[in-house]
Amino acid sequence: MAEATQSAPLTNRQLAMRSLKRRLRLDWQLYLIILLPLIWLIVFCYVPMYGVQIAFKKFQSSKGIFGSPWIGFENFTRFFNSYNFTKIIWNTISVSIYSLIAGFPFPIILAMLLNNCVYKTYKKIVQMVTYLPYFISTVVLVGMLVQFLSPRVGIINKILGIFGVPATDFMAMPSAFRHIYVWSGVWQGTGFGCVIYLAALAGIDPGLHEAAMIDGASRLQRMWHIDVPGILPTATILLIMNTGNVMNVGFEKVYLMQNTLNMDASEVISTYVYKVGLASAAADFSYSTAIGLFNSVINLVMISTVNAISNKLSDTSIW
Amino acid sequence: MAAIEKKKSIHETTEDNIFNIVNLILLSIAFIVVLYPLIYILSSSFSSPQAVSSGRVVLWPVELSVRGYEEVFSHAAVLTGFKNTFFYTIVGTCINMVMTILAAYPLSRKTLPGRRVLNFLFMFTMIFNGGLIPAYILNTNLGLVNTRWVMVIPTALSVYNVTIARSFFQSSIPEEMIEAAQVDGASHFRIMVQLVLPLSKSVLAVLVLYYAVGHWNQYFQAFIYLSNRDLFPLQIVLRDILILNSMNNQITDPQLMAAKQGMADLIKYSLIVISTGPFMILYPFIAKHFVQGVMIGSVKG
Repeated sequence: MAEATQSAPLTNRQLAMRSLKRRLRLDWQLYLIILLPLIWLIVFCYVPMYGVQIAFKKFQSSKGIFGSPWIGFENFTRFFNSYNFTKIIWNTISVSIYSLIAGFPFPIILAMLLNNCVYKTYKKIVQMVTYLPYFISTVVLVGMLVQFLSPRVGIINKILGIFGVPATDFMAMPSAFRHIYVWSGVWQGTGFGCVIYLAALAGIDPGLHEAAMIDGASRLQRMWHIDVPGILPTATILLIMNTGNVMNVGFEKVYLMQNTLNMDASEVISTYVYKVGLASAAADFSYSTAIGLFNSVINLVMISTVNAISNKLSDTSIW
Repeated sequence: MAAIEKKKSIHETTEDNIFNIVNLILLSIAFIVVLYPLIYILSSSFSSPQAVSSGRVVLWPVELSVRGYEEVFSHAAVLTGFKNTFFYTIVGTCINMVMTILAAYPLSRKTLPGRRVLNFLFMFTMIFNGGLIPAYILNTNLGLVNTRWVMVIPTALSVYNVTIARSFFQSSIPEEMIEAAQVDGASHFRIMVQLVLPLSKSVLAVLVLYYAVGHWNQYFQAFIYLSNRDLFPLQIVLRDILILNSMNNQITDPQLMAAKQGMADLIKYSLIVISTGPFMILYPFIAKHFVQGVMIGSVKG
């Protein structure tokens, strides 16, 4: 009896030790599994971050990233002092804030409408159709814009023609560039964006609606007092993420929509980085990297700031 | 749910009826605004070149014809583009899936030593990156420029998709089940392949679709890194025909030009349909999974 009580904790401890060892052995297998993605991550994401140092150097391909001489902030000051600095920054910020403001409410409205639709089949059909533009590539979308807005055969000009408006080449108008960019984006992204809000709406406790109905609340009242607060956290997070990307106007669509005539409105940071770094005859890797880095850092600061503010105000944070 | 539906009908007042009507009208507007351009393109692609160039197509095909499609499929660059895009999509998506699973499973395990650090390493790349030129230098040094591999290796992983898979593994597969398998002596690799993956079919289907659409529509990588025409994916060919062509129309003989122009427009519509059609047709069949995947990514990501 005495022997038994003495040996029992010992074997337990041994057991615990053995299971801990086994656990460790097992968990290190996880490293074996993640090894390949981790190598990829380091090579394709972190090595370029190391390469960012050429923004502070005068890059010479014969000397490589490491060997090129340091020149400090020269590339940055050159960009700040260049004649088109203000224009590029203004184009970038205006087009992205415009998309942010125009693109934000539509997915929410669509999700609310779908959620309150009494005809379930119709709801399904509308949701499916509004989602379809998501599959259209940027190239095809811009191709469609060119076709629809063409002064020669474009349907838009045909319709405007009925009202006596003379045929206009909208793609060549700097003043039209932002509107075309933003509203085609709204057309393409609303159905995709609303799915997130539908998920949030589906997560609202049906008991709230039931209670409100018993109290005699109308559909409109329930939408305003139950659905809107229910999706507010989701909306906040998305707004944070979008605000953080405010300087991140994608290269593809802008570049594809660009032509010599609308350049005044369509030159943004990403297209400029490409032109300075790769497309120009006198490609300047360091200068181009500096502009890109300037952009990334502003983004990083923006997303951290907006996140911190929202964390303080509403306890909603993305990390 | 049925009980709620019943209560709803009891409580429908005049105000609610107005609400329903307004709701229906607004939804229908959204429906038409999105659908009409798609229908217009589809109808135009099945019309005759004359009908397209004279702008007689409004809603349905005019003078039904498949000449645009015949023309598109006799275009060598389009066929090469299709072949290459098929290759990039299939090989790329396979690589993507293997890599995503290999990354997401370990990150989803709470017992992974140094999990927070690893998670941060992955997440950080979503908010900061080296930019175009450092990536270009890297790919040049690795000898990837102007090879097929530049289309699939630098894009082998989307960290956003890893977080979707990770959240799913974490939230939808009971911890006890994995522990039980461990007690029975299963290795992590075996648990991942034989236990976790079969239980995650819905999220995996969504990721396959996300990645496949991404490769199918991939333009940037090819634009920056490929100059060999034999390697061009469909999107580059599309840009040449859809966008660049339209910019330099030097009209000389008006009559000949009109006929040629009609054909050129018809080809564009047909190209848009055959390049975008496959996923649009596929989508309704997998819509349910797709919506689910977006929800996983949004609610818990």
